[in-house]
Amino acid sequence: MSKNNGEYLIIRNDNKYEVIIGLEVHAQVLSESKLFSTSSTKFGSEPNTQVSLVDAAFPGMLPVINEHCIKQAVKTGIGLKAKINKRSIFDRKNYFYADLPQGYQISQYKNPIVGEGSVTLDMPNGEKNIGIERLHLEQDAGKSIHDIDPQNTLVDLNRSGVALMEIVSKPDLRSLDEVNAYIKKLRSIMRYLGTCDGNMQEGSLRADVNVSVRKKGVKKLGTRCEIKNVNSIKFMQMAIDFEANRQVDLIEEGGSIDQETRLFDTKKNETRSMRSKEDAHDYRYFPDPDLLPLDLNDNYIDQIKKNIPELPDEKKKRFIEKFKLSSYEANILVSDIEISKYFEEVSKNSDVKLATNWITGELFALLNEKNIEITESPISSKNLSKLINLIKDGTISGKIAKSVFEIMKDGDKDPINIVEEKGLKQQSDPKELENLINKVITENPKNVEAYKSGKDKLFGFFVGQVMKNSNGKANPKLVNEILKKKLN
Amino acid sequence: MSNIIDLKLVELVDKIKKKELSSTEVTIDFIERSKKSKKLNAYISENYENAIKKAKIFDQKPDFKKKLPGIPIAVKDLFCTKNIRTTAGSKILENFVPTYESTVTQNILDEGGIIIGKLNCDEFAMGSSNETSYFGNVQNPISENLVPGGSSGGSSSALAAKLTPATIGTDTGGSIRQPASFTGTVGLKPTYGSCSRYGIVAFASSLDQAGPMTHDVKDCSLMLEIMSNYDTKDSTSVEFKRENYLDNLNENIKGKKIGIPKEYRVDGMPKEIDELWEKGIEIIKKNGGEIVEISLPNTNYALPTYYIVAPAEASSNLARYDGVKYGFRSKGENLIDMYEKTRSEGFGDEVKRRIMIGTYVLSSGYYDAYYLKAQKVRRLIKNDFDEAYKKVDAILTPSTPSSAFKIGEKLNDPVSMYLNDIFTVPINLAGLPAISIPAGHDKKGYPLGLQVIGKAFDEQSILNIAFALEKNISFKNNITDWWIK
Repeated sequence: MSKNNGEYLIIRNDNKYEVIIGLEVHAQVLSESKLFSTSSTKFGSEPNTQVSLVDAAFPGMLPVINEHCIKQAVKTGIGLKAKINKRSIFDRKNYFYADLPQGYQISQYKNPIVGEGSVTLDMPNGEKNIGIERLHLEQDAGKSIHDIDPQNTLVDLNRSGVALMEIVSKPDLRSLDEVNAYIKKLRSIMRYLGTCDGNMQEGSLRADVNVSVRKKGVKKLGTRCEIKNVNSIKFMQMAIDFEANRQVDLIEEGGSIDQETRLFDTKKNETRSMRSKEDAHDYRYFPDPDLLPLDLNDNYIDQIKKNIPELPDEKKKRFIEKFKLSSYEANILVSDIEISKYFEEVSKNSDVKLATNWITGELFALLNEKNIEITESPISSKNLSKLINLIKDGTISGKIAKSVFEIMKDGDKDPINIVEEKGLKQQSDPKELENLINKVITENPKNVEAYKSGKDKLFGFFVGQVMKNSNGKANPKLVNEILKKKLN
Repeated sequence: MSNIIDLKLVELVDKIKKKELSSTEVTIDFIERSKKSKKLNAYISENYENAIKKAKIFDQKPDFKKKLPGIPIAVKDLFCTKNIRTTAGSKILENFVPTYESTVTQNILDEGGIIIGKLNCDEFAMGSSNETSYFGNVQNPISENLVPGGSSGGSSSALAAKLTPATIGTDTGGSIRQPASFTGTVGLKPTYGSCSRYGIVAFASSLDQAGPMTHDVKDCSLMLEIMSNYDTKDSTSVEFKRENYLDNLNENIKGKKIGIPKEYRVDGMPKEIDELWEKGIEIIKKNGGEIVEISLPNTNYALPTYYIVAPAEASSNLARYDGVKYGFRSKGENLIDMYEKTRSEGFGDEVKRRIMIGTYVLSSGYYDAYYLKAQKVRRLIKNDFDEAYKKVDAILTPSTPSSAFKIGEKLNDPVSMYLNDIFTVPINLAGLPAISIPAGHDKKGYPLGLQVIGKAFDEQSILNIAFALEKNISFKNNITDWWIK
């Protein structure tokens, strides 16, 4: 793919192709218990230890809606600026599989709980809105394990019945960067709301990717292929890239695209046909007679609306207005709820500009290096705030601060104590500084002469010498002032 | 004193409370008679030893506040019973022993009832003659080689033969009322949402209801009172004020308006049934009730609608019997092969027929023409009743278009078999309560029933009307114990 004014196009034989992408994101609802049973949803437990009679579909067992999951879906819908449907219906999606105990998945088909909405992406060339088609609730299936027993497939039903939100986008995405930004934004919104932990390693966020291509300028959408169950942004991008190029090659060779479901092979980095449209399952959807239609009243929805926290878009706006941050800085700081919390804690008691720079600079570098989340940061927001205040009030220089930061890394030490213990306080006494400066001037007569005869660049040399002699503790601002007076 | 087994449920309760009888005596008598009645094939599983143990325990520390103090009772094998095999009349659950109790049987246990066994039924309750059971035909005690009705055929047979003082069934399209009618007993299908479906092997979820089967209306009132409760484990359970049906039982029907739907006068219906209906009408009039001609114009569509909706739900409800988690499993080359063999061998013909019909009507391209259309017609059928209930308090009809038929007579003619439910099916589609009471005999001496249909959640009214009819009819079942030699 080539980049062209922020546009992603595939070019073959002078033909330019646009890539059209839509995502069906499966987000696991953050909930203690499953969608229709009271079993725990805890990740990583021993196989088949979190399975109720309902989850294992024993005869006569009936689903009962977990009200918390409904609330989570409504919250998410509000976060997606979407229409909340006051009546939604749970349907049965019928198919046989070993890890689907009921022989059907309870899902929402024609009447989802959430209707159309939108998500705003901050792209380098401006904001872009991605349409949301719908959000519906459904049960997750269990897990088939093929590689433990050589003869048999084993089934783990811990995940069976866990609540998922399927969030379907419109085919509005046009590039890999947009896919990346979209997933991150969705994740961010849900984490702000506390409706999904967004943990892709644990499978809390997965997506089916719909890809089609069309010649630039053509209005009609091309035939799409659906790539099933991709579980990281990187793999989504690789799968789309492969699939879009495959489709373009096919068209260029005079062929046509078959609508089909494909799988992405992460090892070979290619998509492969899973089943064609003709082989598509007939899921025989019909309303689940064990569950009544779900009716929500205005009061219920309003109550949830009232308690929606500040979301990334509003927070960004506030940061820009209140703290005079750039759009770029604000974006970084609001991208994750935990980062924004950290930032607000630091900036509450110290300089905003310095807080922004230190968090996005030193702290992020540290987190990256250790590959940890901000919630696991070895430096607490309280201590970072103290460090910034030491810089701001002139107790230490920015440079010294960096070495203090290095020490703070090991066990969240109080920077005030570090400065005290190591004697790192900045020298700001004009008399002491004058002595240091005089010494440098006397020791370097040639350079003084050269400077005076017009070699302005040598000023830096004198500052450097003074700083060196003070072990970096001299207040650079005062050193500059006094030096200027002395030399001129 | 008369024999224990000849006593009505309410009489037994009374005698145990008065300490004239012990639970052990009563339990042993019903078990002894059950043992002698194997020829009826009413039981699928027996729980005799355990039941006697429980009866003895009850007698050691009797609690007479219970509504069923140490009363033995056999139940349809569609109710899951903890530690007692539950088969639903199917090979696929031949060895299935639940670790849980259905809400309805739990209610019976909580009131002091003792389960003596599990009664035969059509496989997954799909049938009108008990001939689809994997565990074989059930004999109607009225006459040899006569079907006891279905699907609660084991229940009706055991009750009529006095192997249990009362029993419970489930009714999806008539499965309580038709066998009650065929055996000269009382059967009530409550309003949908009255009795919890939790722990009942599902046939068609939007139609299934559990209900009592008893010797008379009093017993029926007591059983309903015990069975019915609001249950949060069933999302379709309805919270409404449940009456003390027995205490409130009242034969005074003066001023009650009883509807007679003209559409129930079907062609080819035996004269005896018409006469029976006339007899019911006369009794109502004589007792101060008012007869009102009504119309339920969509009655004709009820049976086809039912045979789309019920199989559709069944095809999905039975998908869980796949050999993976519990129940029968056949060996297969791979997963699909295992499914095919398990389900081919595990299910009987009628069940397979309905799974196929259900799968067909839900398939893409057919859904709108069948399932969706059927749901719309179902709504019209319900509207018919709503209209009628603006004018009347209850509706009186025959329970079935004929008396019991011979075993094998209709087995190979499913449509003729299905027609047997013509008077009962509309009530399930509308979710209403209805009771069948024995009202007379045909020329062959086989019992015939009358059905009283009520407004939703107004079980008390139909019990009262049935009580008045019962008093005036003084029906007597002619049972000769022919199966005991």
